[in-house]
Amino acid sequence: MPYLGGEETVRELRRALSNPNVQSDPLRYRNTILKVIRTMSQGVDVSGLFSEMVKACATVDVVQKKLVYVFLCSYATLNPELSLLVINTLRKDCQDPNPMVRSLALRNMTNLRLPSLVEYVEQPLTAGLRDRAACVRRVAVLGWAKLHNLHPSSEIDAAVVNELYSLLRDPDPVVMVNCLRALEEILKEEGGIAINKPITHHLLNRLKECDIWGQSEVLRVLQRYRPQSEDELFDILSLLDSFLVSPHPPVMAATLSLFLSISSNLPVISLAALERVSGPLLAACGSGSREMRFAAVCHIQLLLRSVPGLLGPHYKRFFCGYAEPAYIKERKMQVLVELVNDENVAMILDELKGYCTDVNTDTAQAAISAIGRIGRSYSDRCLQILTGLLGLKQDHITSAVVQTMRDLVWVCPQCSDTVCLALDGCEETLQDIQGRQALLWLLGVYGERISTAPYTLEVLIDRVRSEASLGIKMELLTATMRLFLCRPAETQDMLGRLLHYCIEEETDMCVRDQALLYYRLLHCGIEKTREVLQGRRSDPSLGVLIGRPAKPVSQWARCFNTLEPLSQGAVEAESDSRGSPEHVTYNSKPNADLSDTLSCSHIEEVHSGSDSAMRCSDSSTNVLASSIAAPLSLSLSPAVSPEDFEHLWLQRQALHTERGAEKIEEVDCAWIEECVRCPAVLHCSPQSLQAAMQLVNIQTLAFTPQQMLPWRVYLYTHTQRSHSMDAPNTTLILGELLCTGEANQKSGVKKGTADSEAGAEGKEDQLVRKEMDATADRLRVSEDGQEEEEGIKVILNQQPKDDDALRQFLTILITVLNTLSSEKD
Amino acid sequence: MISQVFILSSKGDHLIYKDFRGGAGNDIVSIFYEKVTALTGDQPPVVMNHKDIYFVHIRQGGLYWVATTTAGSSPFTITEFLNRLAALVKDYCGSLSEKSVQMNFALIYELLDEIVDYGYIQTTSSDVLKNFIQTEAVTSRPFSLFDLSNVGLFGAETQQSKVAPSSAATRPIQSSREQGGKSEIFVDVIERMTVVIGSNGLLMKADVEGEIRVKCYMPSCSEMRIGLNEEFSIGKSQLRGYGAAVRVDECSFHQAVRLDEFDSHRILRLCPSQGEQTVMQYQLSDDLPSALPFRLFPTIERDNGGRLLMYMKLRCDLPPKSLSQELSSPDQSAELKPQSRAVVWKIARFAGGTQLSALFKLEVPSLSSASMLEVGPVGLSFELPKITATGLQIRFLRLSPIQPGPSQRWVRYVTHSDSYTIRI
Repeated sequence: MPYLGGEETVRELRRALSNPNVQSDPLRYRNTILKVIRTMSQGVDVSGLFSEMVKACATVDVVQKKLVYVFLCSYATLNPELSLLVINTLRKDCQDPNPMVRSLALRNMTNLRLPSLVEYVEQPLTAGLRDRAACVRRVAVLGWAKLHNLHPSSEIDAAVVNELYSLLRDPDPVVMVNCLRALEEILKEEGGIAINKPITHHLLNRLKECDIWGQSEVLRVLQRYRPQSEDELFDILSLLDSFLVSPHPPVMAATLSLFLSISSNLPVISLAALERVSGPLLAACGSGSREMRFAAVCHIQLLLRSVPGLLGPHYKRFFCGYAEPAYIKERKMQVLVELVNDENVAMILDELKGYCTDVNTDTAQAAISAIGRIGRSYSDRCLQILTGLLGLKQDHITSAVVQTMRDLVWVCPQCSDTVCLALDGCEETLQDIQGRQALLWLLGVYGERISTAPYTLEVLIDRVRSEASLGIKMELLTATMRLFLCRPAETQDMLGRLLHYCIEEETDMCVRDQALLYYRLLHCGIEKTREVLQGRRSDPSLGVLIGRPAKPVSQWARCFNTLEPLSQGAVEAESDSRGSPEHVTYNSKPNADLSDTLSCSHIEEVHSGSDSAMRCSDSSTNVLASSIAAPLSLSLSPAVSPEDFEHLWLQRQALHTERGAEKIEEVDCAWIEECVRCPAVLHCSPQSLQAAMQLVNIQTLAFTPQQMLPWRVYLYTHTQRSHSMDAPNTTLILGELLCTGEANQKSGVKKGTADSEAGAEGKEDQLVRKEMDATADRLRVSEDGQEEEEGIKVILNQQPKDDDALRQFLTILITVLNTLSSEKD
Repeated sequence: MISQVFILSSKGDHLIYKDFRGGAGNDIVSIFYEKVTALTGDQPPVVMNHKDIYFVHIRQGGLYWVATTTAGSSPFTITEFLNRLAALVKDYCGSLSEKSVQMNFALIYELLDEIVDYGYIQTTSSDVLKNFIQTEAVTSRPFSLFDLSNVGLFGAETQQSKVAPSSAATRPIQSSREQGGKSEIFVDVIERMTVVIGSNGLLMKADVEGEIRVKCYMPSCSEMRIGLNEEFSIGKSQLRGYGAAVRVDECSFHQAVRLDEFDSHRILRLCPSQGEQTVMQYQLSDDLPSALPFRLFPTIERDNGGRLLMYMKLRCDLPPKSLSQELSSPDQSAELKPQSRAVVWKIARFAGGTQLSALFKLEVPSLSSASMLEVGPVGLSFELPKITATGLQIRFLRLSPIQPGPSQRWVRYVTHSDSYTIRI
């Protein structure tokens, strides 16, 4: 059709439009105009017909008028001069007795978007604001906004602004809402319409008259309002309560946004609102429109960040329907993972197991990795399912399972036995690169327990010449090196061949350099190699830390009810669900490395005088390894009661302040104050902090609620050393974490130590007290949108003194804090 | 705030394009189409962005309904708006398809003009809109023999058909005014079932989402009263009446519904506006009052020749009908869809209380015992007319004032399967 013969069609239409016979027959005339519009919406340029269409505008037929206006508004900007001709007709129509014609003319006059016509438009617009018919006022009000945007720089008449403000009291709710919209646009420079108490109350009182679009608009604008007193706040909240459970998702979401923004200082209210809104949100999840479902599921994911257990009882609502598109299934599975608890774990796993064999490979792989995530808490059941899936011998399933197992093993080393047994024979099924990389990693790290590991590697090494993937080659090198360290006899020969190939024949720089590096490393002796390649294994505490610390509502409140959770959420959730540190590069451990370096620098800071950097890194490596074979271990027994703690703490504090930083000879104890920069810890819920601390055997005794200032946490632990010569076997460390709300990084590092030979060794308790002083970086974000970074003050008290142990303890603590903070970010 | 709205056919043809705010490039539509067709399977397509323009779209009637907006807009509002727009177009044009949109583009432009001004949604209520919309809908109804079925001997209208034809509600609402068309009102109770049955035959999950939808073709109707079952109760604790309770977990109403008689007599009062509206929505989880409509007894095995044998016995547990004609053997067909690795078994009609069985033999290369685990689940899609899973019934439907001239009231019940899954 006219797609290609555009010009021909235009010529034909022009002939028809100017044909007097056509013009005299209203029906034919209208049909010809219809043809023009149809051609226009098919994307053909019909701007050449402008003058003919201008003539067609002068008619009494409203339908024809409307059609012509559609045309004129599309092409007016191309023909500013000719458009002047229309203005007369439009202005005449503005006087028409029929309000529909008046509003039509007024709307299209402003839709022409021609700056040159502004002077002709202003007068009818002013008249329109006072028109008897509401439909004309609606159009006139928005007309001013359109006019303003044609000349954004020009001053708008103050009288008009006043008139618009007074029209907020218009009996027609749509006029009222349009006034809000227009004022928002006109006063954009000044930050939008002034939301003061009378306006707010007026809008709230009339909220019920508006339709759902108006309601959501009003609620959105009101987010800027800050109630002046608590009473007022609660009045507003109770007024809005019925909107919170509205069956219309737009209203419900806008109301929740408003709740979250005006009660941002009252976390209890926000949480209650979240609970209340879960019903309507769940209903939206089952909505007939799948786009609406998707939006609802994405927003539920936001809610779950703060209240992980919120929808626990409703987990079945997130089971996937077989006809649902893959993207909804994926999101639903992410939600299911969050909702797992002891009661429903069996059902959820059973359901997820069903998805693992889905025809859609994306869905299948998402289901498998979801099972892996659940495996962090329920490893036995999940491993059983995953092992069963390997039996299917399906390429994509096996690949996903092996990757999931690798991730799982990293956070739950206790699963490694099962995984090692399961891996047998999957190398035959694996095809894709990621899957084989994961397998190689597992073979390298757990080679000593997988009997067939050398043979599997040998096959790959023999085929390395035809291997195309860079990643596989690198992984193969590392795996073979690691295997060589634990099973030298079987591996030596193939390692030699591999290194030879990589150094002599490989063309890729990365692989060659890696091989050279290993080669030279081997020259340094087996011990050094071992240190480098097997220095560190995963830390079991990571699993729970990566888990799900509840985040404060404020963190996502801003993006609630925007497009953000729908468009970017996927990426974020992806990194969340595949949160294994192993993912970024083939053998880096970002989390551990990060906290590693951080803690090193902190130690340096503390002991800047006495310790060399070298020693620091040594100790931190030790600490990281502590959970496996550490010289230092922490324990919680004997327990310290809160009373004892208080007693000891006050006693030592007194001692400390009395003597300052001098050395004290009589008492065998150490006192350290230190600053750590990890403000996000403040946003951790007490539960997650406690859980994290307990993992590394630090007991938290008391804490202030989240977001309170000053924020403090008291904790203690015992350190034990197996092979200490001079230092005491066990010490008790007491600690306080403190955050006062002021930036206190500057406070110097003080260290007071007290030494004595007095052997309170019988008591063998070492109190760590840690004061963590987190300056509140308030939930409230400062105006430029940047959270202020502030430090947490750590005060530690140890008895008897054991510098090494204390330092190691501090490292552990800082690692935990940093991990918690990095989880937040 | 909405900057542009456009409607595309599934092939990417521009059907409707309306620019509310100006300033968008000409190629915005083609950018959208390129993006939406370039998506890979696992990317959620609902929201996409190009620089700082965000596209939100829905699929309905095989068309793309797209709105462009900014990052800060509410996804709920935009999605709901697009859904509402599609519903209005359906109301005004009679049905939703590429053809009907193409034929009625003038009407749709007119609608859009009234619904949205400068990117702000003004109104979507058909009561308000009917005063402004002047264009008449163009419908194309192909000649069909079924239309003659109501005409008896010598052209006399027969009264035998007491059931509204399924096409009765797919006509434009406006035509009633001009053509003096029949003044009719349809009250539909529509339920969607989501069921998961475990491999052991136990019910793992059963959800019903239901709604009462009113479609009104009455030019003037001041008030309508819909009576629900008296024993209808909401929530777990409340029980009413002596009969078997009809219970739902949650229930919400359209804001125009007046509920003053609801508590005492379960009567909904409303003034229906022309066109379609959802009067009440409800939802029930887990605790269905009646037995599930279908049970499946599958047997999956491997024969000596390496073929996969699937023996399916499907039983319909609905109450049997007295009409013998329903028992005539239903015409069935089965087809293997290699692309989705599925066998589709189509059953045109299935009477209550009967059962059907089928044996599928599949040649599967390299069939192992492990791959038996991959078989399943079975998904059922069905439509059950005249049945609600919750047992909700409309007791009566009264209009006041009494309509002048002939008016017809229809109450229809239907239950659809949203997702009816049986694991094997």
